[in-house]
Amino acid sequence: MQIFILLFILAAMTVISFYLGRQRALTVAGGNVAALNSLPGYYGYYMALWCGIPALFILMFWLFFESAIVAGIVVTSLPDAFTTLPEQQLNLVLNEIVNLAKENISAGQVSSEITAAAQLYNQIQTVSSGLLFALVVTLGAGGAAFAWNRIHVQQRARNKVERTVLIFLMICSTIAIFTTLGIVLSVLFEAMRFFQMVPLTDFLLGLEWSPQTAIRSDQIGSSGAFGAVPLFAGTLLVSVIAMTVAAPLGLMTAIYLSEYASPAIRARSKPLLEILAGIPTVVYGFFAALTVAPLVRGWGESLGLSVSSESALAAGVVMGIMIIPFVSSLSDDAINAVPQSLRDGAYALGATQSETIKKVIIPAALPGIAGGVLLAVSRAIGETMIVVMAAGLAANLTANPLESVTTVTVQIVTLLVGDQEFDSPKTLAAFALGLVLFAVTLTLNVIALYIVRKYREQYE
Amino acid sequence: MNKQSNDKHAVAERINAGLARRHAVERLFRCTGLLALLLGLTFLCALFFSIISKGYTAFQQTYIQLEIDFDEQKLDPAGERIYEVLSTADYGGLVKQSLRTAFPAVTSRQEQRLLYDLVSFGAAYHLRDRILADPALIGQISRVWVPASDDVDMLIKGYIKRDVPEAERRLRDVQLAWLDTLETEARLSLQFNTAFFTSGDSREPELAGIWGALMGSILTLAVTLALSFPIGVATAVYLEEFAPRNRWSDLIEVNINNLAAVPSIVFGLLGLAVFINFMSFPRSAPLVGGLVLTLMTLPTIIIASRAALRAVPPSIREAALGVGASKMQTVFFHVLPLALPGMLTGTIIGMAQALGETAPLLMIGMVAFIVDIPSSIFEPATVLPVQIFLWADSPERAFIERTSAAIMVLLGFLIAMNALAVILRKKLERRW
Repeated sequence: MQIFILLFILAAMTVISFYLGRQRALTVAGGNVAALNSLPGYYGYYMALWCGIPALFILMFWLFFESAIVAGIVVTSLPDAFTTLPEQQLNLVLNEIVNLAKENISAGQVSSEITAAAQLYNQIQTVSSGLLFALVVTLGAGGAAFAWNRIHVQQRARNKVERTVLIFLMICSTIAIFTTLGIVLSVLFEAMRFFQMVPLTDFLLGLEWSPQTAIRSDQIGSSGAFGAVPLFAGTLLVSVIAMTVAAPLGLMTAIYLSEYASPAIRARSKPLLEILAGIPTVVYGFFAALTVAPLVRGWGESLGLSVSSESALAAGVVMGIMIIPFVSSLSDDAINAVPQSLRDGAYALGATQSETIKKVIIPAALPGIAGGVLLAVSRAIGETMIVVMAAGLAANLTANPLESVTTVTVQIVTLLVGDQEFDSPKTLAAFALGLVLFAVTLTLNVIALYIVRKYREQYE
Repeated sequence: MNKQSNDKHAVAERINAGLARRHAVERLFRCTGLLALLLGLTFLCALFFSIISKGYTAFQQTYIQLEIDFDEQKLDPAGERIYEVLSTADYGGLVKQSLRTAFPAVTSRQEQRLLYDLVSFGAAYHLRDRILADPALIGQISRVWVPASDDVDMLIKGYIKRDVPEAERRLRDVQLAWLDTLETEARLSLQFNTAFFTSGDSREPELAGIWGALMGSILTLAVTLALSFPIGVATAVYLEEFAPRNRWSDLIEVNINNLAAVPSIVFGLLGLAVFINFMSFPRSAPLVGGLVLTLMTLPTIIIASRAALRAVPPSIREAALGVGASKMQTVFFHVLPLALPGMLTGTIIGMAQALGETAPLLMIGMVAFIVDIPSSIFEPATVLPVQIFLWADSPERAFIERTSAAIMVLLGFLIAMNALAVILRKKLERRW
């Protein structure tokens, strides 16, 4: 909360500096605004930037390092019996101290050293926040004073302010790169730790998946098995089912809407289909688990088949429904990009409309459609909630859509939900699966985007 | 000459012979297309029908009217009306007492327990809140409507059938008889379920509400909006107006396009590894959820904002530059205001996506069972879609209707947001 007060004070100081700077510029110009290099407001911004930015930097810097430094000081103050502890136990002690200092736990049976350390922690914390407060306010005021002194008639305030804004814009635009980098590094880093415990070949080629590692070595099934093939097979099965629903339906819908339907029907039914794409996946998951799965089971049993209550078919079909608008809108774009002259040519040769579509338009639009289908596949592979709610947890290696299968995304969720330690192979396995998922979807996207772009150039 | 016309004739005949078949194929193809479209729309209807038919009953809840004797001896023997005494008094005892007086014939312990099961144990909290709000009630006898237990609720709504054998039913025959008595005395009724909209999560379906999850969603979205709108617009402005065409800006573009297609769960892994494990932000907090969703919605906002900027005609820029504005002034004072409606539309659509997102939030621990209503972005919270996920996993029959009702609320918000985006586009966007 103190941080918010400090931020509020800094913001207030910045606003005041803006008005002071503008006033100063007017004073310097002696009322003759035209003599100034920039508009008076720019001098205000100039001073406000000098007031706010350095102080903000120091604030962030301080907050980033504060906890580590305070912890270091507290640890060195502890008796030797503690400092010689292994790192993990030391962290536990430190946690205890911090909790005691913040009075999160009742001070029951705590040793006197820890109480003393907690007091020290509180003292340092008070000193630290006082120092930070003084530093930020001084720096803000100092920056403002510096800028105040530099304001004169020939000051190129606008150029300086604009350069700062440009730098801000550039920093914002790099966030996309940092996000990708963050994903790759975090997933790769944890996956590498996993592959130190479980060999890569076991992971990629193993046929058995049971990630429960035992706590004691003499327990049954003590060594978890991390063969991911059943997961890949399950993901593939569900995606194939989804695409057999989505690809024909989506494509035929797109053909009907773009070639046959009257503008009125097109204008009404397109947004309705788009609603399907906007429904949250958790809703589809609920629909799959509570409506479609019992239906599938009922049908299967009336035909004398044994159907698992969490069948791959139910999850796949619902996922297919979700993807229909995706396939149809991308195919629609591809079909609309085919020039009218090709259609006219086919009609002139006496082809019927469906012959034109089948023999001319679809072949011409094929790369675009293929790209769209690939993007849809990548979506189906990465889809999580539907399979978490409607597909099972058991890693069966099967191609029977009526049985229960599990997928990569389901396993990531089940491995990571709940409390977990960060260095067990069980948790790290999720990151290895995440790496595979990211690599596969990225490859599919890159290929799809490449195909779509290459095709577009043909007719432009 | 003759031969030629004969040939023509033959060709025409060949064409005509196949014509009927070709037209039949044409009709079939056309019907298949229509069928595909109708099938898609049928799925949509089936989805909505299934959710609404399961969920509309959750907006009502069965209440039982009890005659409660707020006995001063039991509640506040000292007569001091202190908060601590009043809030810890035995209200459950009052409920049981009242049930016993209503059905004096019930004497055996086992039957009494069945009798108590008719009323939700939330009834005690209900009475406590009443007393705390109005201590003058103490010493009086008043009739109070209290929530019935979820099994009674399900029976009244017809989900538990009376005609199944007693052993397969969650309510015994004696309980049904008591309920019939209550009904004939008009002390059993369906009322609007305010608790569903005003309370947090609970293990008891009749006490569970969505307010906690809704607050969590609002806080998370606030963080997302506060970060993603400025950053997204800044990125779009830079890429569209200032960036030189070089490898670096190409790299940024490729990255944005790819991030738009990365599965959402991967963002959850990023959030877990970076924000929680590396930066040690609090688990389950809307702050972290908002950060993750920011990274997820950024591509959507950037792409929409760039399209909006591109739609502003170059003449505007040229005019501003012509009267001596700097490049920055041109963009911020002339181009940006014209592109803003399009950017807002894109942002609203991005926010709607973020509101419905579940998977990445599971990764960062927003699945905890949280009863309290979160009041800041640092407190543990859950969001509406995750609440739906949690309830969908609950075994109680009564949670099915509540899950469906929560879905209806969520869809209501999404439809409202999308409608807002459409209206904004129609009202504010200018065609050049």
